[in-house]
Amino acid sequence: MPKSYGDLLREARATIREVTPQEVEALPAGSVTLVDVREASEWEQGHLPGAVHISKSYVEQQIEAAVPDRDSEVILYCAGGVRSLFAAQTLEQMGYANVASMSGGFQQWKGAGLPWEAPTVLTADQKQRYSRHLLIPEVGADGQAKLLDSKVLLIGAGGLGSPASLYLAAAGVGTIGIVDFDVVDLSNLQRQVVHTSDRVGERKVESARKTINALNPDVTVVAHEEMLVAENVERIIRGYDVILDGTDTFETRYILNDAAVAAGIPVVHASVFRFEGQLTTFIPYEGPCYRCLYPTPPPPELAPGCSVAGVLGVVPGIMGLLQANEVLKVLLGLGETLAGRLLLFDALESTFTELKLRRDPNCPVCSTEAVEARRLGRPLTMAGAADAPFLLGGSFAALPDDDSIPAKVDA
Amino acid sequence: MSTVFIPTVLRPNVGGAKRLDLAGDTIRGVVDELVTRHPAIKQQLLTDQGDLNRFVNVYVNGQDVRYLQGLDTPVTPSDEVRLLPAMAGG
Repeated sequence: MPKSYGDLLREARATIREVTPQEVEALPAGSVTLVDVREASEWEQGHLPGAVHISKSYVEQQIEAAVPDRDSEVILYCAGGVRSLFAAQTLEQMGYANVASMSGGFQQWKGAGLPWEAPTVLTADQKQRYSRHLLIPEVGADGQAKLLDSKVLLIGAGGLGSPASLYLAAAGVGTIGIVDFDVVDLSNLQRQVVHTSDRVGERKVESARKTINALNPDVTVVAHEEMLVAENVERIIRGYDVILDGTDTFETRYILNDAAVAAGIPVVHASVFRFEGQLTTFIPYEGPCYRCLYPTPPPPELAPGCSVAGVLGVVPGIMGLLQANEVLKVLLGLGETLAGRLLLFDALESTFTELKLRRDPNCPVCSTEAVEARRLGRPLTMAGAADAPFLLGGSFAALPDDDSIPAKVDA
Repeated sequence: MSTVFIPTVLRPNVGGAKRLDLAGDTIRGVVDELVTRHPAIKQQLLTDQGDLNRFVNVYVNGQDVRYLQGLDTPVTPSDEVRLLPAMAGG
């Protein structure tokens, strides 16, 4: 027996629970999943805050990724409340036990003066360029827009910074700052893939800018052609969302750590030595900082840099891309970062080993006592002032000694 | 007894070995055995007072001994001990 549209609609109305826009508005934020089943062109004109977008034609294919728990409450809406009824029937067939449709749809929601938001709209070129990101439900247009609005600072355009810069630029991170005062040397090209043979002798920040602009014109490169030191670190890192530490000296790593903790900016850290690499993510006050991990630097003979000890070129390549992965996760708010975990990579055995890191309750930079001391304008200082490069960096360095409190650490 | 992983930078002091099976019921015992067999490593691992240098971290099965019982942390034959100095290369 053929059924008319009217028959199908009556059947759907008889079985699917409907809720009004006002009832939806009254629900606690995050207690239900709101799914907008309209077409992409309608979604771009505006949608309910916190809703996810799955066009009705993709509901069967995409709902399980968006709502893995079939017992959780799902409310569907469209423009007028009809397409969402039919989509809700589909979800019920798929075993979703708690599905409702919002009557009157987005038109009634908007007409009632309830809050809505317009998504960032990507250009046609951007939709094509980032299509493989847009296809991932966890990234999508909102995630891509977030990346385009993000600012990432690379400390060093060397072995770690080079591969990271390429992939972050390709991913559409809108602003990439690069701190490097060096020029491209022929010996860099074995691993520093952002530079090219015809740029030997050129400033690294300019060389990197050329490669990045050629790869993705959406990216603005901010060149900081200076050495990162205690006097300029706060100015340089200000305004960045995440910092990727790819330097090759302990001095810079400590200076950066101290200022980044004080500024509350996450630092994705990696270091390499011949066939090995170490990687972690320092998220201020959530996990340990660099001084919790390594309270003091080793003597120079125990920690030679790449220019002395050598490094297999792919090792900083691998570690730099793992850093870029951490940066993207922090920017997108996805997954689990390496905060509190140190990942060791052994290229000869092709193994990864994970070690647990903890916050040092006596850390001179990120402990409760250190935070309180900074708040009072009397930051902790390190003992052993003769060891000047490893004094606390950033604003701490500028304070007179007699106005500071010694930290409870050995120097 | 436990398996101790020696980082690249310290290997010249232990004849190039990547891992060593060392006797000892605690980290202190294992370190003593290491230093007895390879005296050249002592200066890099221990302070003049016999404590672990702050720039070398020691992990037992992935846990930092600073947050266990330090040098007194017990070890068993199945335990994996890692010496890990900071590295700066980038």
